[in-house]
Amino acid sequence: MDAKTIDEIIEKYKNPSGMVLGILEEIQNINKYLSKDALIYVSKKINVPFSQLYSVATFYSFFNLNPVGEHIISVCTGTACHVKGAAEILKSLEYLLGITKEESTEDSKFFLTTHDGCFSLNAARCFGCCSMAPVIKVDDKMYGYVTIQNLPKILKEYGWSKK
Amino acid sequence: MKITSLEDLENIARKGLKKLNPDNKVRISVGFATCGISVGGDDVFKTFKEKIYERKLNNLELCKTGCIGFCGEEPLVNIKMPGKSIVVLHRVTPNDVDDILQKIENETYEFHKAFFKIDDWDHVTSKIHYGDGYENIPKWNEIKFFKPTKRVVLRNSGIINPEDIDEYIAVGGYRSLYKVIKSMTPDEIIEEVKKSGLRGRGGAGFPTGLKWEFAKKEQSDVKYVICNADEGDPGAYMNRNEMESDPHMIIEGMIIGAYATGATEGIIYIRAEYPLAVERFKKAINDAKKYGLLGEKILGSNFNFDIIVTEGAGAFVCGEETALIASVEGEIGRPRLKPPYPAQKGLWGKPTNINNVETWSNVPVIIAKGGDWFSKLGTQKSPGTKVFSLVGKVKNVGLVEVELGTTIDRIVNYIGNDGVNNGKIKAVQTGGPSGGCIPENLFNTPIDYEHLAAVGSIMGSGGIVVMDDDTCMVDTAKYFLDFSIDESCGKCVSCREGLKHMHDILDDITKGKATFEDIDTLKELAQTVKVTSLCGLGKTASNPVLTTLKYFYKEYEEHVKHKRCFARVCKDLIRYVIAKDECTGCTICAKRCPVNAINGEKGKPHIISQNVCVKCGICYDVCKFNSVKKLSEAIGGEK
Ligand SMILES: Cc1cc2nc3c(=O)[nH]c(=O)nc-3n(C[C@H](O)[C@H](O)[C@H](O)COP(=O)(O)O)c2cc1C
Ligand code: SF4
Ligand code: SF4
Ligand code: SF4
Ligand code: FES
Repeated sequence: MDAKTIDEIIEKYKNPSGMVLGILEEIQNINKYLSKDALIYVSKKINVPFSQLYSVATFYSFFNLNPVGEHIISVCTGTACHVKGAAEILKSLEYLLGITKEESTEDSKFFLTTHDGCFSLNAARCFGCCSMAPVIKVDDKMYGYVTIQNLPKILKEYGWSKK
Repeated sequence: MKITSLEDLENIARKGLKKLNPDNKVRISVGFATCGISVGGDDVFKTFKEKIYERKLNNLELCKTGCIGFCGEEPLVNIKMPGKSIVVLHRVTPNDVDDILQKIENETYEFHKAFFKIDDWDHVTSKIHYGDGYENIPKWNEIKFFKPTKRVVLRNSGIINPEDIDEYIAVGGYRSLYKVIKSMTPDEIIEEVKKSGLRGRGGAGFPTGLKWEFAKKEQSDVKYVICNADEGDPGAYMNRNEMESDPHMIIEGMIIGAYATGATEGIIYIRAEYPLAVERFKKAINDAKKYGLLGEKILGSNFNFDIIVTEGAGAFVCGEETALIASVEGEIGRPRLKPPYPAQKGLWGKPTNINNVETWSNVPVIIAKGGDWFSKLGTQKSPGTKVFSLVGKVKNVGLVEVELGTTIDRIVNYIGNDGVNNGKIKAVQTGGPSGGCIPENLFNTPIDYEHLAAVGSIMGSGGIVVMDDDTCMVDTAKYFLDFSIDESCGKCVSCREGLKHMHDILDDITKGKATFEDIDTLKELAQTVKVTSLCGLGKTASNPVLTTLKYFYKEYEEHVKHKRCFARVCKDLIRYVIAKDECTGCTICAKRCPVNAINGEKGKPHIISQNVCVKCGICYDVCKFNSVKKLSEAIGGEK
């Protein structure tokens, strides 16, 4: 991400309230993850120590410090979804995508990316769609009443094919 | 245009009413909250748009509305013909659109997906007669789902267009703001809120008027008000719906609160998982500013107040007020010790008043109808209504707003299950990870702060998750601990280490590896963590464990003594087998098994190799003939 874009984002946050999270979120929304360079740049620009930005980025589950796949699949593991079988959905997706939990990233967040870089899989805490449990989100699209049977169909919308 | 007089407001109200209840146009509104969108509401909207264009229907208005609360019946579409009642259609798909438009063109109105009609609606800050007609369609309040409800917070949800400030003004919006600015002193406002008896809806139930008084008393050049829209409780989503369906009621409440406490800046702290609510708030704030209801010289007075939206980043603990403040300041969200309370030393060290979304939503009503009116709703100690999200193993999932003091039974069985499913429900979980599991034999408990506390649970933000016999209570306790451990900020040893230890014991129980002594240790730990943790997260994290131990001890016993999980949930205590006589040999299960544990020839019964199977349950789910069985037999121990 170039310095100009970051400058423009920083420019939007004149009010100190919410500035740090706001800037990091906007960068991630464009870039999908927070690179070390971006963090260093922001740190200098807004005069907040790098160590603080780094601890913020690792504390909040929203932030990714590593590059992610082309499509991000988030499985809700909130209570309503748990009661309706979210664990089986997650397990199924791990198998369908050929990735397992052991490979999770260094900052210990559950975030797996397929070897071809097409998909990242993670667990989320409630999208507020609990009435449609179980729920998964692919990129910005929410899918309600998900079943193990219709997972392949959803994945195919994003170019997945069974190996 | 800036509004400065009552006349200006009335003019806009007339304009708004023409959109909301047009007398010369058809209005179609599609439920466009996240719940509706995720089951195809957006496709329905898009299809309407295309077809209306194709058919050149000029005399037809298409708009978005929020969610009326009956999420299980989404997508919902409201049809409003001039002079006639609003007809609400349910489970609408893009395929229905042509037919609906045809009927409208032919003026036959025999909508086959008609669900109920609305002739009169009490917006609380006003009443509107929408129209008459449609003898064969039931009235909205004849539907069991709505009958016991009382809509105060959800007064406009699902009816008005949340993206149109004129419609909010049309139903009496911003009149309370006008009233306080033109004719009330801050003390009078606080007096009115105190009189109402309103208690915070974010969980702890602290009297709102008192909190405002504390903030007002403080002397400072700058003061803040914050709307806590973090809604981290999994399974609770009422705040999301309130924000998406009626953002102006929250904004109006905040402006009134700011005026009463002397605040100059407002912050809405909202979780990043709610992008649509963020978008709607931003628009609403802009629109309010254009009308001079927010910003400088509000309604022509000397009162200045602005609101900004700040997004959270996925940390449950940030719902706790001191952690929330740290988060707004750009730090990691760690709670700190109180006092000092936020009212004394809050955001950037200044006096700060924090209230929940729903607390703010009640404020305009209290001003409009008076504290006395409000205090007569609900019970004496817990006045008013509360919105609950009813989810899990229940037929009618959705949002129900009832007066406090309504029994669990009324909500779950009457509203939620409508008579079906009866007897199958085992428990409800209220209050999320800080709450407890309440067994069916206590369903006559009235829901309010005190009664729920008496049975070991809390109201929390209002999530009610219904559980049936397929839910294992030990697993449920473990699930919530998992959640709390993940979300703990790690500051206190008791919360950080204690919960982990409790989790290990529960894990052993679910694996059939624990003893009764372990259960005693678990109980002791739970009590210790409860009293020694700093913030509400650690203080309440034991509740799911303690309540399940208290009400569902038998299940713990089954796991420990007989190594059996009644609900057949705990992986280590179940087996998948194929019933030889019932298997058709269709091979589907073998194809889908991720570890090739299933063998068999096409057309012949299949068999599962137990030592290979990882118990993922996929075969159980994919077998169309129910030939795969999930068993949990007693292993060891006496029967
Ligand atoms: C761990 C934790 C999470 C919380 N989450 C929320 C939340 O999501 N929304 C909320 O309004 N209050 C939440 N609270 C309560 C707030 O700290 C605070 O009491 C509340 O926002 C005050 O508003 P009220 O008086 O209107 O209820 C939480 C508290 C704790 C301890
Ligand atoms: S109780 Fe837990 S979440 Fe709360 S401050 Fe202590 S460690 Fe953090
Ligand atoms: S899916 Fe069911 S019927 Fe088909 S082979 Fe497997 S067990 Fe038999
Ligand atoms: S439970 Fe999973 S691993 Fe076991 S046989 Fe069935 S599909 Fe295979
Ligand atoms: S619990 Fe899954 S969306 Fe809320």
